[in-house]
Amino acid sequence: MIKMLSGNEAVARGMWEAGVVVASAYPGTPSTEILENYALFPNVYAEWATNEKVAVDVAIGAAYAGRRAMAIMKHVGLNVAADSFMYASMTGMEAGLVIVTADDPAMHSSQNEQDNRTFAKFARVPCLEPSDSQEAKDMVRLAFDLSERFDTPVLLRLTTRICHSTSAVELGERIAPVTEIKPFPRNPAKYVMVPGNAIKRHPLIEQRIRDIAVFAETFPVNRLEPGRHSLGILTCGVSYQYAKEVFPDASILRLGMSWPLPEKSLRAFAQSMDRLIVIEELDPFIEEAVRLMGIPVEGKSIFPITGEFDPRLVRESAIQAGLLPSSAHVPLPGLETGPLPSRPPVLCPGCPHRPAFYILNKLKVPVNGDIGCYTLALTPPLSAIHTCGCMGAGIGVAHGAAKAGSPDHHVAVIGDSTFFHTGIPALVNVVYNNSPVTTIILDNRITGMTGHQDNPGTGRTLLGQETVRIELEPLVRALGVKHVQSVPGYEVKTIEKVLKEYVKLKEPAVLIVVEPCALLPEARKRWVPLEVLADKCNGCTLCFRIGCPAILKSDELDEKTQRPKALIDASMCTGCEVCAEICPRDAIPFRPVRVEAGE
Amino acid sequence: MMNTSINFLLAGVGGQGTILASDVLVNVGLAAGFQAKQAEVHGMSQRGGSVTSHVRWGQVVYSPLIGAGEADVLLAFEKLEGLRSLNFMRPGALVLINMQVIEPLTAISGDQVYPTDESLHAAFSRLTSDLEFINGEQIAASLGNLKVANVVLLGALSALLEHSQRAGAALTPALWLKVISERVPAKHIELNRQAFQAGREALSKK
Ligand SMILES: Cc1ncc(C[n+]2csc(CCOP(=O)(O)OP(=O)(O)O)c2C)c(N)n1
Repeated sequence: MIKMLSGNEAVARGMWEAGVVVASAYPGTPSTEILENYALFPNVYAEWATNEKVAVDVAIGAAYAGRRAMAIMKHVGLNVAADSFMYASMTGMEAGLVIVTADDPAMHSSQNEQDNRTFAKFARVPCLEPSDSQEAKDMVRLAFDLSERFDTPVLLRLTTRICHSTSAVELGERIAPVTEIKPFPRNPAKYVMVPGNAIKRHPLIEQRIRDIAVFAETFPVNRLEPGRHSLGILTCGVSYQYAKEVFPDASILRLGMSWPLPEKSLRAFAQSMDRLIVIEELDPFIEEAVRLMGIPVEGKSIFPITGEFDPRLVRESAIQAGLLPSSAHVPLPGLETGPLPSRPPVLCPGCPHRPAFYILNKLKVPVNGDIGCYTLALTPPLSAIHTCGCMGAGIGVAHGAAKAGSPDHHVAVIGDSTFFHTGIPALVNVVYNNSPVTTIILDNRITGMTGHQDNPGTGRTLLGQETVRIELEPLVRALGVKHVQSVPGYEVKTIEKVLKEYVKLKEPAVLIVVEPCALLPEARKRWVPLEVLADKCNGCTLCFRIGCPAILKSDELDEKTQRPKALIDASMCTGCEVCAEICPRDAIPFRPVRVEAGE
Repeated sequence: MMNTSINFLLAGVGGQGTILASDVLVNVGLAAGFQAKQAEVHGMSQRGGSVTSHVRWGQVVYSPLIGAGEADVLLAFEKLEGLRSLNFMRPGALVLINMQVIEPLTAISGDQVYPTDESLHAAFSRLTSDLEFINGEQIAASLGNLKVANVVLLGALSALLEHSQRAGAALTPALWLKVISERVPAKHIELNRQAFQAGREALSKK
């Protein structure tokens, strides 16, 4: 049966077909839908872990216990999980272990565009890279076979363009998962990595990767496609598709396993070609390895090291390098449109994060941010995020700045999911080493940015089971924070009062802003649009300063100020009443009774 | 019949239903006997950012992305997003623009200016004469559900593809409706059929 599947759906299908029984992940674009889709299959165990390191440990534990297991993450997640990834390479497992990394060339939704193939090389682990959805599915199975054959974790590297592209997939059958459960291994020499044991494992994993390099010579994912020209192309992943499109006549060696490389095949290929180029996104990973073999090759001198490729970019780069005639150039219309307003992502109408940032902007304090929907408060008019590096960073950065004597009171903001992910150790550090840092936990009761995944605070698991709901306020108090308050998200004035008090403190304080994301189904039921009383509005623009997309400029101007009055787009307004609270002229009436509303 | 290849660009704003529309489009391509691929960028689109989606039909399709200057058909869900995509198109492309305006915050609370209809028309007329406008939201509202505006647009697109004979005879309305029906909740199939039909009629009346 043929089905159109995204790369992520295809990987999920591949997991099921390969008999994976345990999968753990932390959400992260572009990888999130893999676990969500896998969880829909019958008789599988799938869970959202608190972070990627935990996810990898969970998968390792399952593989030690003799079941095929997988951990899934976006590229930066592997930084968090690196420690575990490294020891998994040292120990090997009892059953297959595959780690999926979804890299994000062009940083569509990430803070960097690191190329995780380097992690494979670093850890002496093979790396597979599919070029479309069919291969994304098939390579999961191949990765598990490889993992078990060589007793190694395997890195399956996807990129955004593989994850989020749809193409046809021929579905296969499921291989029966292992049902016999063996006793957990007691094999300290292999599984207890104290120095005395680890030192004996190191030569083994060096030999293992050399053995896999030999296997690579005949591994069918490395595929030679002879062409009519003597231009030889080495390529992998989605770049293969651009190579086929732009160079229909070239000879291509498609490396489905980008680490380790099949040296003999590469030499033979290079010898039969006049010119050898590598088409790979991001790092010159294959290029440098091939050059180290002493084979003349070009890559990043022709194609960029940053961003993602597309057919035009590959074609134009090739024309520049004299690989294609200038007649291959595709002209652009080049029509003048004038400057167009940009449309950056923004906090949604009714977002419960908005009031805290409106107040932070007013207080003019430095705000050390973190990653989540709330990072969007960096743009005007809120402009209240001053640093953001990676998940869990904000609290530590605020503490460091405070210890360095930064003249202002630092505020760290972090979402609920991010707090569970890496925020807790950082807050413990603030308390332990005592700094006057105020932490705001924006508890919207969900992992918002990546599309509403459950987390330890929601009381529900990925498989839909009810579970313990970890309450933040008692947790924070237990860490030893003396000043703790929970405030409903839309209570602008209370938030202002608490923050004004906290920024004067000389000790750690935590404000927990609790309000479910306005897009959650329960919250949607409470939506009631507000309206502006045009005769009361005088165009003071205060409500524009909360940056709500539902508040528009009316065509009607105030007679005195000649400024546009406010107008609420009823199709977008959720009725959160933040604008109503701050309007100095009562021009936006509150809704009668909040709970009465809804369908 | 199928020595053609067609590259569709769908452009809109997060939340407008471009994802369903491109899912329908890629599956219609497959059902009509093409190789088809689709690529979308939806990382932050939920937060009201620009969204584009590429759908390609052909005998053989390698890249899921269309190269700039090689898009044959533009389906713009919003006027500004249509204009933003202008220079991605091939001259003479088939262009269908939904007359919806969603002002970005940069124009509401910032100092950027939303383009006028005149500048939009002028720019597109220079690109192509194969230009159609539709008011998807108005038609959807008349059917009682704004959410089906995306299917209204698909209906209009299906009519345009037939007129321009860009995709061959396999593309019957029944085929589109089958693919759409498989992708919407059972209780909304009839509504979506009406939306598709209304979209077709809106353009064939011209
Ligand atoms: C190491 C790492 N893993 C995952 C992500 C992807 N990611 C970005 S924000 C986020 C979740 C944020 O959720 P939360 O903290 O609850 O804030 P919200 O978006 O709900 O406001 C995730 C999973 C990332 N950027 N880095």
